[in-house]
Amino acid sequence: MVAIEGLGRLLAEHPFFQDMTPEVRDIVVGCCANAHYRPGEYLFKEGGKADHFYLIRQGSVAVEVHAPGRPAVVVENIGEGDIIGWSWLVPPYVWTFDARAIEQVRAITIDGACLRTKLEANHELGYQLYQRFIPIMGRRISEARLRIVELTTDAVY
Amino acid sequence: MDGTLPTRVNASPAPAPDPMDTRPFRIVRRIAEVDGCFTLHLRSLDGRPLVYQPGQFNMLYAFGTGEVAISISGDCRDLTTLVHTIREVGTVTKALAKLKVGDVVGVRGPFGRAWPIEEAYGNDILFVTGTIGLAPLRPLIHEVLHRREHFGKVVICYGSRGTHDILYEKDLHRWRGRFDLQVHVTVHSAPSGYRGRVGSVANLVKIARFDPEHTTAYVCRSETMTRPAVQALHERGVTSDRIYVTLERNMKCGVGFCGHCQMGGSFMCKDGPVYRYDTIEDIFTVREL
Repeated sequence: MVAIEGLGRLLAEHPFFQDMTPEVRDIVVGCCANAHYRPGEYLFKEGGKADHFYLIRQGSVAVEVHAPGRPAVVVENIGEGDIIGWSWLVPPYVWTFDARAIEQVRAITIDGACLRTKLEANHELGYQLYQRFIPIMGRRISEARLRIVELTTDAVY
Repeated sequence: MDGTLPTRVNASPAPAPDPMDTRPFRIVRRIAEVDGCFTLHLRSLDGRPLVYQPGQFNMLYAFGTGEVAISISGDCRDLTTLVHTIREVGTVTKALAKLKVGDVVGVRGPFGRAWPIEEAYGNDILFVTGTIGLAPLRPLIHEVLHRREHFGKVVICYGSRGTHDILYEKDLHRWRGRFDLQVHVTVHSAPSGYRGRVGSVANLVKIARFDPEHTTAYVCRSETMTRPAVQALHERGVTSDRIYVTLERNMKCGVGFCGHCQMGGSFMCKDGPVYRYDTIEDIFTVREL
């Protein structure tokens, strides 16, 4: 019970969940758990089932693309306070990147599979979650496009 | 360094005695930088120093090939050496890249409006730049550090494509070692195991510590990349009248005669290349200007 109350407080203080209605946030809290990852440990791997998302409380996580016969390439670092993972919201619920702890990472994992079943019955929950995830998705797509421009255009600096 | 300001730095940009007069400068040092960039240290052959302000540019003449507009990237208080960092991309810059120590280039300038400094007194300072965009900002960074006591927090947000093409890496290390500077560096991609930041420069703006209501931001990126940088600044609460940007066009004469660098009613070579963002906001996203 103490752990749940602690997670509830952490979520309530985080900007991502701050303005959620208490009823909806309580549902999310019910699907949360604390997690710890050692340096080098994967939070998830490309192709795996995307059933969680993560709120990074401490440390940083490298989003990587792996290629055969060569080291993985880091395309983004996710740091403290950031949310990582939205593939759990979008069919076929499969990770499209690797996420690996660069250092000791403490995170709150939120069970997306659990939330998905609740979304069907509780559209308010769905609305409030999509309302928060869509800007993150939009921002990351927009950043990715700009980085393509930057990486492929000589005149861009 | 005390806060005493040399007259030449205080003064408004003095036009060259004859803006069409090309003066000979000898290359005294050549540094191979990253990503097709190189730095030339030049010394005048006529014994007169070239006095300039941070943000101004010169027309460099590769004899027999042509002229190109290049920002000045040294410390404007050092009157002995003129420093230009150049990326090898076109005919003239490729010709400049082939020159060696001892060779002579022609220099016309300085031209253009400088980065305003006194307007930012009392404010936090934020530099937002990427890859070779650091070159036109470096004289301003030097000048802000010379006058450090006039400013609050000073933050540098710099991005490069990869870990191998960070321009002026030694400078960035030195600046990062100071207790009165925040230096944030990000790269677009990195080898696995890299512990630095990977992501966009706009993200650095989001994490940098400064007081948005009392911050002056200097942005030196391409126009494409300036837009997200300005957006990130707006999101933090820095208003357009406290954001300065640089623009680039094909500059030829340097004095607003030829019209090659015209954008709307402005000639970038004499009205720019530095603009306060609110003065160009309306035309900044107009296509084909």
